[in-house]
Amino acid sequence: MLIFIMRRAATMVLTMIVVSLLLFLALEINKDAVAIKVLGPYSTDEQRAIWLENNGYNDPLPVRYGRWLGNFVVGDFGESTRFKTEVSEILWPRLANTGILAAATFAVVIPLSLLLGVLAGMREGSRLDRSISVASIVTTSIPEFASAPLLAAIFVFYLGWLPGTSGMSDGFSVVQLILPVMVLVLYDFGYVARMTRASMADVMTTDYIRTAILKGLPYRTVITRHALRNALIAPFTVIMLQVNWLLSGVIVVEYFFAYKGFGALLLEASLNNDIYMIEACAMVAVFVAVATQTLADIGYTYLNPRIRFS
Amino acid sequence: MAKPTEAYDGPILECEGLCISYFTRAGEIPAVIDFNLTLPQGESVGLVGESGCGKSTVAMAIMQYLGSNGGIVGGTIRYKGQDLSKLGPEELRRLRGNEIAMVYQEPMASLNPSIPVGRQLIEVPLHHEQGVDEKEAYRRAVQMLTDVKLPDPERVMQSFPHQISGGQQQRVVIAMALLSKPSLLLLDEPTTALDVTVEAGIVELIGEIAGCFNTSMIYISHNLGLILETCDRINVMYSGQVVEEGRVGEVFDRMRHPYTQGLFGCIPLPGADKTAHPLVPIRGQLPLPHERPPGCLFGPRCDFFQGGRCDGRPVHMTPLDDDPDHRVRCLRWSEIDWEAHKPKGVSAEPLAPGEEVLNVSNMRKYYEITDNSILAMIQGKRVRYVKANEQISFSARESEIVAIVGESGCGKSTFAKVMMGLETATEGAVVFQGTDVAKKSVQRRSAKEIGAMQMVFQNPFDTLNPSHTVGSQLARVIRKFGVETDPEKVRNRVMELLDLVKLPRDFAQRRPRQLSGGQKQRIGIARAFAGNPSMVVADEPVSALDVSVAAAVTGLLMDIQRSYRTTLLFISHDLSLVRYLADRVVVMYLGHIVEQGTTDEVFAPPYHPYTEALLSAVPIADTSIEKKRIILEGPLPSVIDPPKGCPFNTRCPRKLGTICETEAPPVIEAERGHKIACHIPLSELQAVEPVIVQVEKNSKPAAE
Amino acid sequence: MSEQAAGSVQPRRSAIGRIFRGISALRESPVGMVGAAIVVFWVLVALSASFLLQLGLIFPPNATLAPLMGPGSEYIVSAGRNVMNMPVEQVCSPITSGTDAGNFDCGTFWLGTDHIGRDILSRIIFGSQTVLTYAPLATLCAYAVGIPMGLAAGYKRGWVDDVLSFWANVILSFPVLVLYILIISLVGSSEINILIAIVFASSPGIMRIVRGLTLDLRNREYVFAAETRGEPTLRVLFVEILPNARGPLIVDSMLRLGYVIITIGVLGFLGLGLPPPDPDWGGMINETRQLMMTFPHMAVFPCIAISSLVLGFNLLADGLREVSLKD
Repeated sequence: MLIFIMRRAATMVLTMIVVSLLLFLALEINKDAVAIKVLGPYSTDEQRAIWLENNGYNDPLPVRYGRWLGNFVVGDFGESTRFKTEVSEILWPRLANTGILAAATFAVVIPLSLLLGVLAGMREGSRLDRSISVASIVTTSIPEFASAPLLAAIFVFYLGWLPGTSGMSDGFSVVQLILPVMVLVLYDFGYVARMTRASMADVMTTDYIRTAILKGLPYRTVITRHALRNALIAPFTVIMLQVNWLLSGVIVVEYFFAYKGFGALLLEASLNNDIYMIEACAMVAVFVAVATQTLADIGYTYLNPRIRFS
Repeated sequence: MAKPTEAYDGPILECEGLCISYFTRAGEIPAVIDFNLTLPQGESVGLVGESGCGKSTVAMAIMQYLGSNGGIVGGTIRYKGQDLSKLGPEELRRLRGNEIAMVYQEPMASLNPSIPVGRQLIEVPLHHEQGVDEKEAYRRAVQMLTDVKLPDPERVMQSFPHQISGGQQQRVVIAMALLSKPSLLLLDEPTTALDVTVEAGIVELIGEIAGCFNTSMIYISHNLGLILETCDRINVMYSGQVVEEGRVGEVFDRMRHPYTQGLFGCIPLPGADKTAHPLVPIRGQLPLPHERPPGCLFGPRCDFFQGGRCDGRPVHMTPLDDDPDHRVRCLRWSEIDWEAHKPKGVSAEPLAPGEEVLNVSNMRKYYEITDNSILAMIQGKRVRYVKANEQISFSARESEIVAIVGESGCGKSTFAKVMMGLETATEGAVVFQGTDVAKKSVQRRSAKEIGAMQMVFQNPFDTLNPSHTVGSQLARVIRKFGVETDPEKVRNRVMELLDLVKLPRDFAQRRPRQLSGGQKQRIGIARAFAGNPSMVVADEPVSALDVSVAAAVTGLLMDIQRSYRTTLLFISHDLSLVRYLADRVVVMYLGHIVEQGTTDEVFAPPYHPYTEALLSAVPIADTSIEKKRIILEGPLPSVIDPPKGCPFNTRCPRKLGTICETEAPPVIEAERGHKIACHIPLSELQAVEPVIVQVEKNSKPAAE
Repeated sequence: MSEQAAGSVQPRRSAIGRIFRGISALRESPVGMVGAAIVVFWVLVALSASFLLQLGLIFPPNATLAPLMGPGSEYIVSAGRNVMNMPVEQVCSPITSGTDAGNFDCGTFWLGTDHIGRDILSRIIFGSQTVLTYAPLATLCAYAVGIPMGLAAGYKRGWVDDVLSFWANVILSFPVLVLYILIISLVGSSEINILIAIVFASSPGIMRIVRGLTLDLRNREYVFAAETRGEPTLRVLFVEILPNARGPLIVDSMLRLGYVIITIGVLGFLGLGLPPPDPDWGGMINETRQLMMTFPHMAVFPCIAISSLVLGFNLLADGLREVSLKD
């Protein structure tokens, strides 16, 4: 088990290195373009040459990459051209804001989708099952950028219950969090619920559930002791991988509701060619995704005795 | 134990006119029709029949567990006089696992993979008996594991199902069933998924259950031999109906239904011989449930069918005049003269073997596996070998059938892969028609070489590509081997091949999913013979087929082999079949050849101890046979870490001592060509009694 | 089906016959039928867009016609003005009574107009053309790249598998929208770049699925049979293995088509999509979302359009899966 964790961790580091190399090559292989992006299109050639010299851009590529990576590891991401300050000063608070959004989303998605999924999968083909299945297909079919305006139209325009933006200029506000979370939940819960349902339905048709029933166990015991244990292994992984999707979702939601989060920052940086900010945001996003994936793998192995003890 | 109906002394189970149907989109499909059964206390009854005959459905109906689309549409099931269909869910729950328990076909699938075995056992007393605490339940579970002869029950209790072997898993399932001391035990093909030597142990255990626990049993199997070994009574089922029932000995000796007769004709018994007493397949195939014929369901396949009579009204069970306990569902049973009925099977003169075609000498195949564990790295043993084949030496001649026999993991499939060039040998030579192909992978063989050696595969369900028509798959082979290239001639050749395997020519346009298992296997044979091969490797070609179909396919394969004078390497685990068809036998265990010789030599003393155990493990459906019981202890060792010395030493009942654990056994040549790899002196091996003895009984002439 | 009936089908017709059977099998699944109906509806809409325009039933999608108007508003033009470069008298019908008497009725903005006075209905109809051109094209290209990779990885195993799987891992470890934003901000936004980005980002996922299917199928005996008769690897991959993977792949392609539609939409929404002024559903939402609080219809209708199309494909996929499991 320990060896497995170490191997997964090594793969994770390797993935991150390859990702960083890709990013570096994509964004910084052409140093003149970097200079233009940093100094702006109206800078003179002379200014650019000086800047490149001062910032070590005339060193060979591998050296530059090594230095870049080294700075990255210690959290020195460079200076943002758009915000005119250290990238990390902007990045970390924004990431924390997104963390709040994500946590609130998961706090709703996990219990809701697991409950609905298990209920649907328990009796495959029942009316409840079919309603839950169709409902989850419908909600996953409405992408965030469509559900945000739709929900805003309902709750802001027609009902007037909720604020239409979530800028939180006057400090943190739970009310402003409701719509963004609702949009994310709507899109994400369906997928997890469907996966849980499929897993549960699969388990319910296995021979060992038949054994448990024909052993004369009460139905409750069959479900709680025999079925859930096996049926929730797959959704666990799905939920962990959902972090990856959520990171895409927050970009849209934060953009739409003007929420000051990480996703909006990444988008803003991209639209403004804020090269160091892009690099930092992308690396952080990939790191979060890869880390959860690794955790998902390790957790899956731990939950599954067939792998754990072999 | 205080069970409410303890004083009951009537029959445990009565089924009366039971009819069960499944409801599908196509409508109601009857699965079981008019099933009657009375099971007295302590008796065991066998349900036997081919797949789809409804035998498992009966078991599930008794359990009242038919799924959402199945239902009892007529008749009653009474357990200790109580109508099961009238029970509420809670009463039913208390009955299941407590009064009626069940053992299933796939032990691995029947146990919950993520709960330790002990926990799964403890549940039974905890949920069925008042006042039993965890400790008491645990004690009983351990006791029961000891009773089913599991070594180290404490360890098994802590294990997860995947950590114990298949045989042990099945013992756990049996222990689980017996924990509540049920009055009725249902066994649904409990040994089908197990190897034959493991099966023997389970069968022995099942035989003891009835005595020890006073449990009545219903034993479901497709194997007549197993029923003979375990049951008092037998019900033969065909297409949802019982066609014959009675005491086991009575039915086996005086079968009166043509289907029962046909079934026995399909299985190779020790007396059977491919030239003198060939197998007699039943013609036609099992009718689909919604296409059953009127009247006698077996009518269309029956040799004694009388139009206007057998296809009229449904046939009822009638008792035999001289034995009311023996009943048969046939209108003509009293008219048929069985003595005069000598069905013509596939028979022919024995062939004289020709030139040597294949010579394998000292062939080894090791697979490398890399072990990435830290322990292995420290010990410097990162690369380990799976010794799949070790020192394989034998030869085969033209038109000879050489059988390779062994249980799973003995390396027979690896050997086939090396032969076909899908793997290359690690060492040694495989000389085929004068060229060494041991290290010649299939890509490097010429079309002619490839065409000269072809293979028939095991699983009819994926031997053919479901995406292409039968004709196009055969045509591809013909073109590939350069037999014909002209489209017209290729088409003719496809038709010839279909004729050869006795299938209608319009099958060329069909897709595999429109074919039955036996038909697919016939196409598989046609494909193997498309390039006029001089040798065909058949890897368990009939093991997945029902007995009546298997007999027909076996007959066909031998027929073609004869007419082409092909060498046939027949890989099988079924000793009865091997004895029936093979000229020479090679017995393998853990990648080693332990014994080889002509069929007669291998099946008579002197035996290798493994051959002896293997022979004794084979269930034989003949009341006139007596055999020695040799039950092998312990599980099959792993090929990654095989035992030192003799590979069989861990399970050998005749183990001499340390010499077996340290030194590889010498190969003794009992007679020319009959080789046994064993430390035991030949004289001692020769003194061993034969395993299978045909005793004189009912004035039947002894064949051996 | 009975064996006789099946046997009589001629091989030449059976390919078409099987597609036909596949469609008729979908009838078993009401969910799938609803999905198919939605998809067919949008395909018909997209095909008939230009035709409808020629018949004068809808307004041109890019023409600025009127100030902001709600759904169902009449397009009233006073005499003497031009409509679509034509004198209003020639193309519109005069109003004879009521307060607007003397003006001309040039039609109805059934779904209202957008922030610069373009007809939303027309833009949605023409937008369906855009999305139903690029989404299937991109999906097809992604499969063309992903399938060979997956076959190679699953069949060859060893280092080929290691390299391809690692590559897929790297790409898939990017949150998908982050990847798109990075690519588009690097290479700029145009039709072909969006296409390339989609292929780049989704082929690893396809590769993984095909690899999984291949790992299973390569152990089938008919694959062994092909190998033992020395078939070339390409034939084994594309003739023996790939056709048997088509069931799951068809289901997956429908789901993926839905994702690609969302992707094209989201890029438009973030302002990284197809360049204006041609209508693009995501772009329409983006352009009008600032006016959400006053004119919600401008964003709501494109939202409904794109959601319904994605829903159509998702339901279709679900129906196909249901039907294929029953088989």
